[in-house]
Amino acid sequence: MTATAGTESDTTSDGMKLTLKIWRQANPETPGAMHTFHLEGVSPDMSFLEMLDVLNEQLNAEGEEPIAFDSDCREGICGMCGLMINGQAHGPEVTTTCQLHMRTFSDGDEITIEPWRADAFPVLKDLCVDRSSFDRIIQQGGYVSVNTGSAPEAHSIQVPKDAADRAFDVATCIGCGACVAACPNGSASLFMGAKITHLGELPQGQAERDARVVNMVGQHDHEGFGGCTNIGECTAACPKEIPLDVISQLNKDLRTAMRHGH
Amino acid sequence: MSHPPRPSGFRSGDTVACVATPTLIKGSRSTRSTIALKLLMAVTGLVFIGYVLLHMYGNLKVFAGQEAFDEYAHHLRTFGEPMLPYGGLLWTVRVVLLLSIVGHAYAAFALWARAGRARTQKYVVRKAVASTLSSKMMRWGGVALLLFVIFHLLHFTTQTVHPGGVTESPYERVVNSFAPEYWYLTVIYLLAMVALAMHLRHGVWSASQTLGLTNSAASRTRANLAGVFLAVVIAGGFALVPLSILLGLVD
Repeated sequence: MTATAGTESDTTSDGMKLTLKIWRQANPETPGAMHTFHLEGVSPDMSFLEMLDVLNEQLNAEGEEPIAFDSDCREGICGMCGLMINGQAHGPEVTTTCQLHMRTFSDGDEITIEPWRADAFPVLKDLCVDRSSFDRIIQQGGYVSVNTGSAPEAHSIQVPKDAADRAFDVATCIGCGACVAACPNGSASLFMGAKITHLGELPQGQAERDARVVNMVGQHDHEGFGGCTNIGECTAACPKEIPLDVISQLNKDLRTAMRHGH
Repeated sequence: MSHPPRPSGFRSGDTVACVATPTLIKGSRSTRSTIALKLLMAVTGLVFIGYVLLHMYGNLKVFAGQEAFDEYAHHLRTFGEPMLPYGGLLWTVRVVLLLSIVGHAYAAFALWARAGRARTQKYVVRKAVASTLSSKMMRWGGVALLLFVIFHLLHFTTQTVHPGGVTESPYERVVNSFAPEYWYLTVIYLLAMVALAMHLRHGVWSASQTLGLTNSAASRTRANLAGVFLAVVIAGGFALVPLSILLGLVD
């Protein structure tokens, strides 16, 4: 096979040939639709986002509007690059889209790319969605209130090793929204559970514990996310492998807050 | 507590989506949350698990013969006499079950509707990787079980549906109904038991998770195993009766 016009000349002869079906939407107010693109000369060593960059160069060369998609660090730590790839959040590997490489796909593949689908994540343009509902959930209690000043002596508040490990493991959540995208109910329970567990394991998180869970869940419901049915699609899609037991912790904290009259 | 009006971008049925409006809700209550609905579903589900366990135990009395079975059924009505009136315990159980089904179904339909509103624009391609078949069947399986329970009450309790003829003896009702000539009844009951097994398999696990009892990998495994165990024991125990009658082991 040969590369067609539009791509740079160094991506020549034997690259992968792909059919891409991509959601295009001009702005939040205009209804979108799936569009088909053909791309040749894709190197298996490209990341998925680099493949989209090549497609955009081709579109630019053809005088078409490039496809809008989110990306920032491109090293798997920022959580910006959320894409639904062939029906899976971040594609078939347990990683972020930027760390997914084209070698995962085969020459001649048809790849469907959609934005995260949730009414609480409205589409801004093409594949970009507004995830500020996550920020507002965090604003409702995903923090600890402390007096600022010089850093306290590290050993003044001791944390058991098990608690510190669990808190750290779930604090790795990057807020990418894959859990919501993968959930058949459009629930953000895994995202909330990660923060509830992270702060609930630490001594500093105890003072605001009841109010935190009630206010965060209240905002979650207000944003229009769905309820959890404990199916586990969220955890399977999570690039940071946050375990399902954070949702159990979330439920337990809410039940405790209920008992305390919150 | 009053909810402020929701920004139009979140309302279902809108053809025009708009950017999320930064509204922070105040005065959230734990009892008004989706998790409270889930807790209601879990607790009422536990009531049903307790009930079907006892019901299955009672059904197995069929293997002890007509006298034992009918005596058991009669004793359910005289249980607790003279402290309780005739049928007192039975009616208490029925009221608890009725309240539970109302709560269980209300929570289920409310969350089902909410899940629909949470994603009004569906995916073109969607690939589930972690869901069990049982978890996917929870909602429609639950509706099927609700319809089955109504049919079951019309069949054995009120005898409105009486393929084997109306009789005073509960034992005869059972044996007549599952005779080979009414094979379709056996099919209906066995299908219902498949639905029950699947509902229990995911329901036990999901209730454990909702009640916050599965905070480690080991406890998650145990909750899943408990779901499979209860599904097999309860649905299997129920299925023994019609199968044994069909095969002529009980007459």
